[in-house]
Amino acid sequence: MAQQTPLHATHVAAGARMVDFAGWDMPVNYGSQIEEHKAVRTDAGMFDVSHMLGLDLQGSGAKAFLRGLIANDVAKLQEAGKALYSCMLNPEGGVIDDLIVYFLSDTEYRIVVNAGTADKDVAWMQERLAASGLEATLTVRRDLAMIAVQGPNARAKTWAALPGTEAASAGLKPFQAAIVGEYFIARTGYTGEDGFELTLPAGEAATTWAALTAAGVAPCGLGARDTLRLEAGMALYGNDMDETVSPLDAGLAWTVDFKDETRDFVGKAALQAQGTRQQTLGLILEDKGVLRSHQPVHTAQGVGETTSGTFSPTLQKSIALARLPLGVAAGDQVEVEIRGKRLKARVVKAPFARHGKALV
Amino acid sequence: MSNIPAELRYTTSHEWVRVEADGTLTVGVTDHAQQALGDVVFLELPEAGRVVEAGESVAVIESVKAASDIYAPVAGEVIANNEEAVNAPEGVNEDAYGAWLFKIKPADANAVNGLLDAAGYEAAI
Repeated sequence: MAQQTPLHATHVAAGARMVDFAGWDMPVNYGSQIEEHKAVRTDAGMFDVSHMLGLDLQGSGAKAFLRGLIANDVAKLQEAGKALYSCMLNPEGGVIDDLIVYFLSDTEYRIVVNAGTADKDVAWMQERLAASGLEATLTVRRDLAMIAVQGPNARAKTWAALPGTEAASAGLKPFQAAIVGEYFIARTGYTGEDGFELTLPAGEAATTWAALTAAGVAPCGLGARDTLRLEAGMALYGNDMDETVSPLDAGLAWTVDFKDETRDFVGKAALQAQGTRQQTLGLILEDKGVLRSHQPVHTAQGVGETTSGTFSPTLQKSIALARLPLGVAAGDQVEVEIRGKRLKARVVKAPFARHGKALV
Repeated sequence: MSNIPAELRYTTSHEWVRVEADGTLTVGVTDHAQQALGDVVFLELPEAGRVVEAGESVAVIESVKAASDIYAPVAGEVIANNEEAVNAPEGVNEDAYGAWLFKIKPADANAVNGLLDAAGYEAAI
């Protein structure tokens, strides 16, 4: 039996098409997925992301523990509420999960991890924590719901829907969060648009969702979430990277922080030994068709593979992220093999679209 | 929920079939199928002259979400495909029974009687 978020009944009542996603019964679309996508690019849409897991890490050893656990460096977080995107690696340099860490203080962090990896993440963190001897406690927060409100009008509509939130959240910079009563409001997202990710008590999810709907925020499913993140050039765990892929090869080198030479983190030695072996770039299909994951990409430098592909509602063309041999560059012509046929594609630097505009 | 016209025949793989006056068959995908697929953005249809077996994968329909095969409902020869649908694939969402995909001249004129009727299809979905 698939797990249900606190908003499950709300989605079913709204006529959403429900699908299994990482063991959760989730809305993939309510009506047209393309219309939901457009709502986020041009106005405001919202996603139930309560299947993702919030974790609280508290204790005098919290900062030292995270500095050794993840590939990005939490030491660069100075301002309360500041967020950091990072990969959590295994000793071989493969990605166990990608996550967001919010800095509340040197002894208190909120971490958000993916749904499909949540159990293994918690087990891995607990195991590492026990082995570290550091003083910190990891608390699983399944009592929370999460709603991502995204789009150029997302913040204004959130303030209209949730009185009392504007004063505390209007000054937030991108990738920064504030605690407002029982709400945790972060100016983050996974769409390439402005907006908030709201974390709130599960019992308040349905009334909050209804208030946002009344304020003109369009309910959007995981289908639109995927086309939006892919246009924004954002990686999806399980597609674009997994435990066998290094963040350096997955286009996530910018999230791996080697600056402090005295800092060790799980996977560091492996990454330094391996170096960069492949690269992740964008593709735009020039022939007709739709790119999907795991299609071979033929380049002058050898064969690569698409890791995520879809139809881009903004570009009205098919796009993909692909892991390609070193030496391939933006502007190159390549061929993608789809059902035995080779179709022409152009290599580009992702993102494809953000802030309502095509970028390629 | 979905629209299942009584005058058409159906397959369990969600194609609809209309028997024309000259005995040829017009094939498309059902309203139920287009709802499940979501926004259709690409169609790859068989060329006229292709000889197909019943149940053979002959076309591909791609929505934003996924690619799905379309199967020949009966054996025969493809005699036309709908270029208008190829150029405007969203027509499948707007009118699943108007946006036909291809026409078949059946090898056996009686084969269509082996397909589901509307009640049979409704029971199958």
